Amino acid sequence: MADDHHHHHHHDAPRLADPELRVRALESLLTEKGLVDPAALDAIIDVYETRIGPHNGARVVARAWADPEFRRRLLRNATAAIAELGFEGSQGEHMTVLENTPEVHNMVVCTLCSCYPWPTLGLPPVWYKAPSYRSRAVADPRGVLAEFGVRLPDDVEVRVWDSSAEMRYLVLPARPPGTDGMDEAALAGLVTRDAMIGVDIVRAPGTERDG
Amino acid sequence: MNGGHDLGGMHGFGPVAAEPDEPVFHHEWERRAFAITLACGLLGRWNLDMARHARERIPPPRYLGASYYEIWFEALLTLLVEQGLLSADELETGRSAEASAGELRVPGPDAVRAILERGGSTRADEAPARFLVGERVRVRNRHPLGHTRAPRYVRGRAGTIEGRHGTYVFPDAHAHGGGPRPQPLYSVRFDGIELWGKDGDPGSAVYVDLWEGYLEPAPEQR
Repeated sequence: MADDHHHHHHHDAPRLADPELRVRALESLLTEKGLVDPAALDAIIDVYETRIGPHNGARVVARAWADPEFRRRLLRNATAAIAELGFEGSQGEHMTVLENTPEVHNMVVCTLCSCYPWPTLGLPPVWYKAPSYRSRAVADPRGVLAEFGVRLPDDVEVRVWDSSAEMRYLVLPARPPGTDGMDEAALAGLVTRDAMIGVDIVRAPGTERDG
Repeated sequence: MNGGHDLGGMHGFGPVAAEPDEPVFHHEWERRAFAITLACGLLGRWNLDMARHARERIPPPRYLGASYYEIWFEALLTLLVEQGLLSADELETGRSAEASAGELRVPGPDAVRAILERGGSTRADEAPARFLVGERVRVRNRHPLGHTRAPRYVRGRAGTIEGRHGTYVFPDAHAHGGGPRPQPLYSVRFDGIELWGKDGDPGSAVYVDLWEGYLEPAPEQR
């Protein structure tokens, strides 16, 4: 991203070829000016790298599979039901849960940026933010699903949810057959991040992907 | 604005490149850029809509060639200079011209954790809603130069109101110092064929969250 121009214009802020250097330079400048507290930066990283992640969403899904009353609350008022498990906050203020059924498969995208339910899924993977997924999820959802190894019968309707506002979406995947005896913790272990975005199917232990 | 960020329906980016067991961050600079962006956002000098608009203003060739944290970083530099927190000189030299954060309150680690756990609702007091669930609407064919959250691929297209979310801060105003100006927000369903014609999938539909100002009644079916 080298820049030939050298105007004093914000788009032409001096850029170092190495983002590592540029980011470090900005951090020390902001620290020197007292605009950021380095300990606060470490706290932010700790929250999103170690505490919040798809294991949170997996617990929500497992609870919904195991507890029909919770499932009902989750589908009626997702934000409040998810908060029962302690998952709330930035980018999870207005949650909606979308239930996959034999007739309907839901998948989530943000075509305009990278909106994603942080408290339940953590930060989005690179592919979710990249142009290929953002451009094609709305126009060719079955083609995108096939790339993830998900092939749905033709009579299953695919609903794509474009997170264009501040509503954040979590997919409640179908509980796989053959898991009746499993407890919540074991069920949570089956749930993948991709299934909660809607680009994967949750499979019982020992079953193979069909893709 | 019709920027490089508005990607729905574009071709040519190839297959989705999913990475097995992807780490949360790939490089140390991504960790720091993410955290600096959030921390600076908490200074209260700009809102999320302004931050999104700063990313959208990156010219399309650069936007499409950048990684997401590069986009965040570019936009952060724009906001810091535009909001007067850094001067262009300071950015260029990397040296602080004045050492004080002035009247700004800079949150420490505990404050940051509390703010992130609390989040920030953009829901406002309920305003009367013009459209009913089940009503047919059309997205106005508008191409504003500023920030908007009506993606290009639904403009001029007809859909059905599937749900009413309540009343929320209107990004088109909020991104430009116009205040929250809340409006009713709807979930609108568009059939695949309506959006993409014969190239669409008749067994698919796209749900888009759209503010009332983006919508008009659909013309009568002939």
